[in-house]
Amino acid sequence: MTELSLDGRDGSELISFRIGEQEFCVDIMAVREIRGWTQATPVPHSPRFVRGVINLRGAVLPVIDLADRLGLGTAVETARHVIIVVQIGSRIVGLLVDAVCDILSTADHVVQKTPDLAGDQMQGFVKGLIALEGRMISLIDLGLVLDTHQAEAA
Amino acid sequence: MDPMDAIRTTFFIECDELLAQLEEGLMAMEQGSADSETINSVFRAVHSVKGGGGAFGLDPLVRFSHVFETLLDQIRSGQVDPSEGVVATLLRAADMLADHVSAARDGGGVDESRSEQIAAAIMSHTIGGSATAYEPESDEIEGLDFKPQMIALDLPAAEPAADFDISALLASAGADPVADAAGKDEAGGWIVNFAPHASLYAKANDSALVLRELGTLGEAVITVNDEALPTLDEMDPAGAYLGWTVRLPASVAEDDIRDAFAFVDEDCDLEITREGAAQDGPDIAALLAVVVEPAAPEAAPVAAVAPPPVALALVEPEPEPAADKPFSLMDIAPHVDALAPASPSAPAQAAAAATNAPPPPQTIRVDLDRVDRLINLVGELVINQAMLAQRVMESGAAKATDVNLALTDLELLTRGIQDSVMAIRAQPVKSVFQRMPRLVREVGEATGKRVKLVTEGEGTEVDKTVVEKLSDPITHMIRNAIDHGLESPADREAAGKPAEGTVRLTAAHRSGRIVIEVSDDGRGVDRARVKAKAIEKGLISADAQMTDEEIDNLIFAPGFSTAATVSDISGRGVGMDVVKRSVQALGGRITILSTPGQGSRFSLSLPLTLAVLDGMVVTVGDQTLVAPLTTIIESLKPRVGDVRPLGPNNFVLKIRDAFVPLIDTGAALGFGKSKFDPTEGVALLVESEVAGQVALMVDHIQGQRQVVIKSLETNYKPTAGVAAATILGDGRVALILDIDGLVTAHRKAPPRVDTLAMTG
Repeated sequence: MTELSLDGRDGSELISFRIGEQEFCVDIMAVREIRGWTQATPVPHSPRFVRGVINLRGAVLPVIDLADRLGLGTAVETARHVIIVVQIGSRIVGLLVDAVCDILSTADHVVQKTPDLAGDQMQGFVKGLIALEGRMISLIDLGLVLDTHQAEAA
Repeated sequence: MDPMDAIRTTFFIECDELLAQLEEGLMAMEQGSADSETINSVFRAVHSVKGGGGAFGLDPLVRFSHVFETLLDQIRSGQVDPSEGVVATLLRAADMLADHVSAARDGGGVDESRSEQIAAAIMSHTIGGSATAYEPESDEIEGLDFKPQMIALDLPAAEPAADFDISALLASAGADPVADAAGKDEAGGWIVNFAPHASLYAKANDSALVLRELGTLGEAVITVNDEALPTLDEMDPAGAYLGWTVRLPASVAEDDIRDAFAFVDEDCDLEITREGAAQDGPDIAALLAVVVEPAAPEAAPVAAVAPPPVALALVEPEPEPAADKPFSLMDIAPHVDALAPASPSAPAQAAAAATNAPPPPQTIRVDLDRVDRLINLVGELVINQAMLAQRVMESGAAKATDVNLALTDLELLTRGIQDSVMAIRAQPVKSVFQRMPRLVREVGEATGKRVKLVTEGEGTEVDKTVVEKLSDPITHMIRNAIDHGLESPADREAAGKPAEGTVRLTAAHRSGRIVIEVSDDGRGVDRARVKAKAIEKGLISADAQMTDEEIDNLIFAPGFSTAATVSDISGRGVGMDVVKRSVQALGGRITILSTPGQGSRFSLSLPLTLAVLDGMVVTVGDQTLVAPLTTIIESLKPRVGDVRPLGPNNFVLKIRDAFVPLIDTGAALGFGKSKFDPTEGVALLVESEVAGQVALMVDHIQGQRQVVIKSLETNYKPTAGVAAATILGDGRVALILDIDGLVTAHRKAPPRVDTLAMTG
């Protein structure tokens, strides 16, 4: 995955989505596809935020409950939840979110640095903040979502 | 990738093939078939490795292959007899060449002293000895090659091909070789007839380059011969229809002309003649065919009536000791060989004989990734087809006959595609078997035993993934057979056996599996010693009553080794149990059959592919799981009295007077089923490596099915108790159980759901 430049010079695009009341976004180049929720098969001995594995046209990929991963509580999935399939390094992972909202370009919006918040689980995952029409969108660092150390320690 | 890197990669891929060809040829020579085709292919392999190595500036490789090539060249030209000793040296040289190639590919060096020692051994067989050593500053490598030959040909023993005695023939024809040889210089320029075959282009050679090369030798007059050119609608776009006639001045050396064709001479019709000879006389090829016919009395008159220019053409290749000409008989030898078997009455056939050999099957080189992608897609197609069938069934539309027929057709088609796609990845086990002769030589040398390796069924095909995994177990088994199985030559002779031991390596298809057998004619398993050792190591109790078969199988027990001294080759006690474990990890079985005094036979049975697996589909809680069928011994429904508690958390199951640990699969996997009532479920009696027989409790058995194996690690991580995943007919993922992992996980601690919570 190429490093996303935050100054907007390359006009990178971001895809934004909603978890509960909060909005987040990821680099659109990492997103492979977006699909509806399908029942995942639980994997034994895996951390709670790993909902299980699903079949994506023959590939078996884990689904991560992003709400749980960010410390926002476990998602109660419904048919309206979506799975954003992203590529993290060589792996393909599904992210369970409430809904997909928008596509935005870093050329139009300034990405601010995350203010220092003490001891919040989410802070580690947020690379920057975007202000948009009175809303705030947090840019997620995908590399940390399936961090192997954390995943294996669990 | 850098284009040079890409070429380099291709070169090394080709090297592997050439080395395999080399080894194969040498093995054939070892068995006594020293026909010219075999020797030529061996020579070509080394020559090509050397050529490519030179292009990449791999000096140590080139230096070594040059020495190697020189000896092969002399064998090819009949100056050196490929005796047993020479072939043994050649085999060692082939091993060394392989080392040089891998050193050049992977970086790092080779054992220089060994390389030099072998090079010296080669030179000791080479006529001219160390004078043949490679001198990089010289441009005329070929010239260096041939000078020693001139001396060699003075020896009567070095007479070339027995049935082709030109001097005798010429004598009978009344020609004076010396006079004719002298007259040769007055002849006109060269005429080169060059007609490429389609295979030339298929190998990415280009006639234009060859012609350009000829142009650099001297003033070349090139005319194209388009007689064979068909009309456009009959033309095969990949065919070769054009030929060229090149006239070169007489001053050009024949060797230089031949050099220009060095890389294409197998893939074209090539005729190099002196001007005048070919025009005035009858077809030389036809004449040669007549001349080399063993019926000498008939041949003589034909040669006698031939006009002088023909005699001249014949004498040209004659290596005249006095003449300081750099060509030799070997240049024409291949052509003579090709002509010799042809009938003298059909000169056209003779000319065509070289080209009409059955063409090798056409192959293409495909990136393995592409094949894997195709296999994945086909796996998906199979799943999709199953899903479709299920959906149609559910919707009730299957009652309509035409829908049903179409579905059946689809299923057949899908299966056909799957089979053909799997066949793409199927490879003969030859690639693994080919590495074994070297191993046998090395282990034999190290143990001081004389060993002959006999291989059978090299063509047996199996999935590429399986082929790759075969190498280690076979290597272990062969080492074991030589080190432990075979006796020393003295012991063998004392036992009335030939001093040379035989190790057989065979492969065959048997009921949907591949069976590899390694057998030796050694002493067999020494059961008394094995049993004593097992008792000593605490593997069995001293009073254990065991059948012969059970004792034989003790050698697979972890940490077991009967070798009194730990040798370099085996005997570290990690041999056979490692083999057994790695074989079982592949869903295979290994067994031993031994007869004291007559030898042992190890039999290895593996699935033909690692892409699919026969599994028992079971339900645990609300999850569907797959247990590998190879591990399941039986399934049973426990009765109330058969399950006994053992301690606070464990249960044992009584099966025919034996107690086996009973594992609640759901709990072991952390699916957290609180209720555990063994009498409601089904127990699967499985064979585990770590704890022997174990019973796994599941809720239901759904059935037996072949499933496509999907890795869990690709996108996630290895998980204890789970070997892989698969996709069921409903499109959902089901996990494939790893029995050993499950047992280990169970033995560590009874997993509880709340300990699984995330800590990060």
